[in-house]
Amino acid sequence: MSSSVGTSREPAGVSKHPPARDDLEDIELSLLLEGMFRQYGFDFREYAPASLRRRVWRRVFAEGLETISALQDKLLHDPACMERLLLDLSINVTAMFRDPGFYIAFREKVVPALRTYPFTRIWVAGCSTGEEVYSLAILLQEEQVYDRTRIYATDINESVLERARSGVFPLDKMREYTQNYIKAGGARAFSEYYLAKYDGAQFQRSLIENVVFAQHNLVSDRSFNEFNVIICRNVMIYFDRALQDRVHRLFFDSLVTFGVLGLGHKESIRFSPHETGYEELDASEKLYRKID
Amino acid sequence: MYDLVCIGASWGGLRAVGQVLAALPEDFDLPIAIAQHRHPDSQAEILVELLQTKTNRPVLDVEDKMSIAPRHVYIAPPNYHLLVEPGSFALSVDEHIQFARPSIDVLFETATHAYGAGVIGIILTGANADGALGLARIKNAGGVALIQDPLGAARRTMPDAAIAATVADAILPVEAIGNFIYGLWVQPATVTAEAR
Repeated sequence: MSSSVGTSREPAGVSKHPPARDDLEDIELSLLLEGMFRQYGFDFREYAPASLRRRVWRRVFAEGLETISALQDKLLHDPACMERLLLDLSINVTAMFRDPGFYIAFREKVVPALRTYPFTRIWVAGCSTGEEVYSLAILLQEEQVYDRTRIYATDINESVLERARSGVFPLDKMREYTQNYIKAGGARAFSEYYLAKYDGAQFQRSLIENVVFAQHNLVSDRSFNEFNVIICRNVMIYFDRALQDRVHRLFFDSLVTFGVLGLGHKESIRFSPHETGYEELDASEKLYRKID
Repeated sequence: MYDLVCIGASWGGLRAVGQVLAALPEDFDLPIAIAQHRHPDSQAEILVELLQTKTNRPVLDVEDKMSIAPRHVYIAPPNYHLLVEPGSFALSVDEHIQFARPSIDVLFETATHAYGAGVIGIILTGANADGALGLARIKNAGGVALIQDPLGAARRTMPDAAIAATVADAILPVEAIGNFIYGLWVQPATVTAEAR
């Protein structure tokens, strides 16, 4: 439990409330994160606590445990348990052509700039299971710039990258994705891009011909290239402010001049240390262009 | 003293939320966070605009890490969960919970974690059970649990589920909720904290 906005609810020591477990929970959570970092090198200490706490509790229950401390004990001695928690913490739920308006804006405002380069590099940071990467590849193919583009799709978690590489997505999602694709300005029949198989929709391998899937940790790893476009949507919402600022620095340093940064609908470069280094390309779709 | 009012609403919620906001006296200065279920593609601005016609308070769609300020009304954006941290909001795109994103339970539960007994939770009309668990969490932490009277609700499933999940501090017709929380703000309840 934390202090409220400038008010103290009760004089110390006379609280009538049941003792809050929350303070203890905060201790347990921070010990867990510290242990994970020291034993395995995975650093979640600067993640936004509210959603992190929910995900950790889900893993506590899934392991049949009752406390965060019990989970700490288990995962320090059992790397497989660490692996499971890592999946819980790092999978970002997304959809193909999520927020169709973003893709329309990308077609109209980013693609024309890409045409002016002989060759472009795009970084999809925190690509998770790859839905966004395939969406982007489809868009670039349709706009006939795919052949001179390389997409670097990175995530902290090797097993989600494995799934992204496979290009298989659940069949029952295809209806939703088809609707998204149409709203996103798709020019063809969406079903041309995949083959329905018994275990899912297998997307065309040609879509990832120019894609490099690679492990990269936004928390600790440096830039690995210079990019014309960086897309990082709904990934940094899981970070606290200080970590967000560092990742913004990483992106800023990795973009060429006039390079484009694409964020999620409810994210913004406002208040970030590089606010003045960008101009708005599309305010509502959160596309920014680096200007110096 | 209270820190935050949290409202959960689903089917028929737009009208009900509007009624609650419209009934709040001007000097009431607690921030209000609202999780209203809506279609994932709905334009974020529309709900804000509609609610803004009901109140002079600033109504905002939450952006990531937005600070919580007095007198403001904050709306969970479509297709995101709205979470409360001490002094600010956070968003997530985690799985739907009970088919809902934003999830009322997530809002209520995280608000309780951030503000303990300083939360006033309100469940309005809806055709599902979201928010029942969250309201019970608010109540258990010493906060205030209010529920719209199911008899007057556009859909009564959600108020009924909340009533079944916790001992409400009050079950009120929607028109009376504004005044009730105004009363709490003027004179914070001392009895509600004891009921566990």
